[in-house]
Amino acid sequence: MNNYLVSASHLKKHFGETRAVDDVSLHIRAGEIYGLVGADGAGKTTTIRLLVGALKADAGEVNICGYDINKQTEQARAQFGYLSQRFSLYEDLTVLENIRFFAEVRGLKPNEWLPRCMDILEFVGLEKFTDRKAGQLSGGMKQKLGLASALVTKPRVLLLDEPTTGVDPVTRQDFWQLVIKLASPSPIGRGDRGEGDVAVLISTPYMDEASRCHRVGFMKDGKLIAEDTPSNLRARLNGRVLELRGSPLTLLRHIAHQDEDVEDVQAFGDRLHLRVGEGKAQGVLSRLKSKIRSAGGQVDDLRSVPPVLEDVFIALSSPHLASALEGGTTGGSESK
Amino acid sequence: MNSRLLSIIRKEFIQIFRDTRTLMLILVIPIMQLFLLGYSATNDVRNIPLAVLDRSRSVESRALLEAYRAADYFRIAYVVDSEAEIEDLIMSGEARAAVIIPPDYAQRLADGNAQIAFLLDGSDPTSASTALSASQLIGQAHALNILLQKFERSGMSLRVQPPVEVRTSVWFNPDLISAHFMIPGVIGMILYAIAAILTATSVVRERERGTIEQLIVTPIRPWELIVGKLTPYVILGFFNTIEVLAVGHWWFGVPIRGDLGLIILLSGVFMVTGLGIGLLASTIANTQQEAMLTVWMTLLPSIFLSGFFFPLEAMPKVLQWISYLMPLRYYLVIIRSLLLKGVGLETIQTDVLAMTLFAVGIMTLAALRFRKRLD
Repeated sequence: MNNYLVSASHLKKHFGETRAVDDVSLHIRAGEIYGLVGADGAGKTTTIRLLVGALKADAGEVNICGYDINKQTEQARAQFGYLSQRFSLYEDLTVLENIRFFAEVRGLKPNEWLPRCMDILEFVGLEKFTDRKAGQLSGGMKQKLGLASALVTKPRVLLLDEPTTGVDPVTRQDFWQLVIKLASPSPIGRGDRGEGDVAVLISTPYMDEASRCHRVGFMKDGKLIAEDTPSNLRARLNGRVLELRGSPLTLLRHIAHQDEDVEDVQAFGDRLHLRVGEGKAQGVLSRLKSKIRSAGGQVDDLRSVPPVLEDVFIALSSPHLASALEGGTTGGSESK
Repeated sequence: MNSRLLSIIRKEFIQIFRDTRTLMLILVIPIMQLFLLGYSATNDVRNIPLAVLDRSRSVESRALLEAYRAADYFRIAYVVDSEAEIEDLIMSGEARAAVIIPPDYAQRLADGNAQIAFLLDGSDPTSASTALSASQLIGQAHALNILLQKFERSGMSLRVQPPVEVRTSVWFNPDLISAHFMIPGVIGMILYAIAAILTATSVVRERERGTIEQLIVTPIRPWELIVGKLTPYVILGFFNTIEVLAVGHWWFGVPIRGDLGLIILLSGVFMVTGLGIGLLASTIANTQQEAMLTVWMTLLPSIFLSGFFFPLEAMPKVLQWISYLMPLRYYLVIIRSLLLKGVGLETIQTDVLAMTLFAVGIMTLAALRFRKRLD
């Protein structure tokens, strides 16, 4: 036995001609928050659906807490909580009825579910809304209800598919605090609410959320092309990101694009992030200012900055550059 | 009792009772159908509008018309002066039949070889065939009367009697009321439609609203999901059966001569067919509309090829063979026999066996196709 709670190897799934998931392997430990990032259509949702057994993989194996999802489906499913991307609770049932239903079908006894439901609802902050129909909740409250229903059986694994998409920043913050609490190790074993040492897989389009994960896997065209800790991922672009401030921005962008050593220009609000070739930062720094000034633009600031995950994300997404940055996709053994 | 199963049943019931509009439809539609079909789908033809062209204008011709008037199959709606008018009236549909009495009717009647013309609009074969036989019967009876009077007047004391008399006696439905034939059919149709449509939409709705995704990842076993989702509709279906049976019995006077327990039991078996068709449709359809249409596509041939409206014996051989594939066919034989004839199980055992095989077969097929997965 290994010590991974989620262990998937060489998963493959195609829909017609499209290879939605192409040879993906994932391993997640207890207490680890694993972020799955990638553009829309990269295969994140399909991967998670393969992990929970909602779709049948063409090839590969999934193991949850030691149970094979295809052979010991019911045992495996008793181990995890799953929150799908689309709200998938009953809108015509109340908050409590939803929780009760999912608690009971997962095997909670009648004398267990009520205290347990109230406990969980309090944990996610929905204790005042027990009799409200799920369809009348706000987007953020719906996601919290989804999380509550996933947590009701104290799962050891939590699989969350874009749980914060379309949720306001304050609720997102709340939501993350809950997730972190669930994953953080508890000295006296798993707490009453099941928090502590839960293995969490979370897919997200937000880079600030990805940077909160212990490890991040980057998916593109069905493949997991990079997997590492956020800081290691950022380190792959060390010294290759320049920040440029000045005006007018369109001119700055135009001039920067013309420079042969600048690979990409992205607007970050009132400034630009330039990604330059390996070891080319010094050259660009020395010549770009004068180029812009001679074209009639104004430069307030141009300097090398530590890369953020978004820079890495964009670099990995660009077709001709990704290969240089890939690596570290073979399991999570080098992390920690 | 399995607690997962109970939770699914309870959840399904909460949803049914919370969707008051659908619930009302489920309860009201069978009664509406029953009244609609009980009154409209009738072959009892009365009061056919008749146009009369009497060129004889004699005592004899008036006596003939009086004979037509007396039978309530016809009502003399128009008395006209030319054949052209008759044509107009039949073309426009204002008259459905016409009698033309020639000028020499009284004269030829005395000679014993009178003829009259009877025209009939055959565009609606049902009423036309009734009118045809009615007109012939009335004519023959009238002729016989005239013959008798003739003999009496000539002083002969001969007792005239036809050599053969057909003494008819109609069993089970002596007044030949169409409703008695239609209502058992309505019960079958409602059981089938309610069971199939509700099952199909309730499964597809889970897919449409995305709730199937959460349901899939629970440890619920596929059979628990099937049984849990079907049970509430079985109960509703039984309620509908009793509802339609009660209205049919007390309002339309349909007799319940057979064993009520057997009727309900066999209705239950038939409902399994409907549930299976619904479940099967739900494995094909992606939206509730698609599910509804799929069920309708099976419902229409069921109705037309089961002897619901039209007698199977009158159909071409090929259609008769196809009718053996319609589970509703067997149920109609069973329910009509049980309600109207009051037979026991042994009389209808072939149909019961066939219906049961269909119920088990369709349900098995549906259960095998039913996947607790997204793809």
